[in-house]
Amino acid sequence: MLRWFFVSPAERRLLGFARLGGPTPWVIAIMTFSIMLIAATGLALANTAGVLSRAIESRYALEVPGGGANLEVLIAGVRATPGVTSVEAVPESDMRKTLERWLGPAAQSAELPVPALINFDVRPGADLNAIQIRARQIAPGAQLMAHRDSVAPLLNSLDLLQGVALGLVLLLSAAAAAAVVLAARGALDTHRFTIEVMHGIGATDLQVTHLFQRKIAIDALIGSIVGGLAAAAVLLLLAGGAAFAGEFTGGATLSLGDLAILALLPFALTALATWVARTAVLQALRQAL
Amino acid sequence: MAAVAEFDSVGLRYGTGAEVLRDLDFRLRFGTFYFLTGPSGAGKTSLLKLLYLAQRPTRGRIKLFGEELSEAPREMLPPFRRRIGVVFQDFRLIRHLSAFDNVALPLRVAGASDEDVEGPVREMLAWVGLADRASARPPTLSGGEQQRVAIARAVINRPELLVADEPTGNVDAEMANRLMGLFTALNRLGTTVIVATHDVGLINATPGAQLIRLENGTLVDPTGTLRNPPRSKSGSS
Repeated sequence: MLRWFFVSPAERRLLGFARLGGPTPWVIAIMTFSIMLIAATGLALANTAGVLSRAIESRYALEVPGGGANLEVLIAGVRATPGVTSVEAVPESDMRKTLERWLGPAAQSAELPVPALINFDVRPGADLNAIQIRARQIAPGAQLMAHRDSVAPLLNSLDLLQGVALGLVLLLSAAAAAAVVLAARGALDTHRFTIEVMHGIGATDLQVTHLFQRKIAIDALIGSIVGGLAAAAVLLLLAGGAAFAGEFTGGATLSLGDLAILALLPFALTALATWVARTAVLQALRQAL
Repeated sequence: MAAVAEFDSVGLRYGTGAEVLRDLDFRLRFGTFYFLTGPSGAGKTSLLKLLYLAQRPTRGRIKLFGEELSEAPREMLPPFRRRIGVVFQDFRLIRHLSAFDNVALPLRVAGASDEDVEGPVREMLAWVGLADRASARPPTLSGGEQQRVAIARAVINRPELLVADEPTGNVDAEMANRLMGLFTALNRLGTTVIVATHDVGLINATPGAQLIRLENGTLVDPTGTLRNPPRSKSGSS
């Protein structure tokens, strides 16, 4: 399958231009660098969204306006409901501290009615209706809220950013492919005479194509490895900050699987460049007799 | 005798210009030596291009080695081209390759390994007197040396049809005789040879060769019967 890549020195001499002489490796290096950083960002965002989503997926809150005179009874009632795995009341002091951000010292005023808040987790399939009915029997004004509804705008933004990252990766890959097409056409123009001679003595399109395909594959491989190493260095430099972000978001950075995907990207880009070069050259050769 | 090439009402025009070749009807028989003559601009090079499949006719049919190829898909052509050796008027050597690599090219295109290439190429270079110039690149070779490399490349894989466009134009008389000796030797081994030339002396020195004469894009003798070489010794026609 890769026989075209491993050719004799004589065949290598047929296209006599120097390696790294043209812009192709450098264009591919820049594209790989950008694609890897964008892909890493997209993957980290996906992980953050995943961690956040998993953390709040089964978490609900009961809000009791005007505070909870029957708070202990309510907690016990919720805890006793089938499917509830944990219950935790948010202390009033924490609620007031949160409100202080918007209200200032007025948040500490006893005249300010602060609702009681009970967070609880449920197993999948738990009957939330039963929990709400039970809560309303104890505290008639109790409102059941899903945490995921509260953070939905944030999750939507994260989804959008992932989409943007994926779009950028695709756009940059397309730009790299376009650069390869231009490079292939340039190489064909430079070596038109050699191609004519080779065709004249019975070389097939595939034999000629393999020469260019190999040259561009090597250029793309060198470029993508250089770009990939540069991106890896930047990602390592950012690793400290990423670890901090990981703590902030609950541990979402890059998994081993993500690192494997990132490590494969330069090779994927090389494969794309090689395929594009092959297609472009074959198409161009079909114009001749 | 079977024909290596058959032209049937063949015409050729480039773009929208006038026809440079008209109503060509002739056959090249296997194992025969032909000279193609005619004044400059008569269409000799165009006819040779049709023969070595560098050009398709704009009308008529061409059969090579028994196959109708005038409208054959281009994927079909390479195996036929490998059976044809061509000596171009402008040599068409690849400048960045050594003389050795230029001569070896047809063998490599045909899939020969480096070991299989080495011996025959050295032998061929020695035969054309360029054994010590194997690693030289074309720009460092004289015109005559380049022509000899081009001839060595054309005959290295023992083609069934050898097409040569003014092959002795840049070599001295002694080398011209040696090269014609090579062509006639190949011809004796069964290769059909067609040489386009203005050199009447060359034609006279090759007994038994047949003559095809082109004028204004048409064959002067459309029957293609055996002709006697002209006896004139006055250079070009």
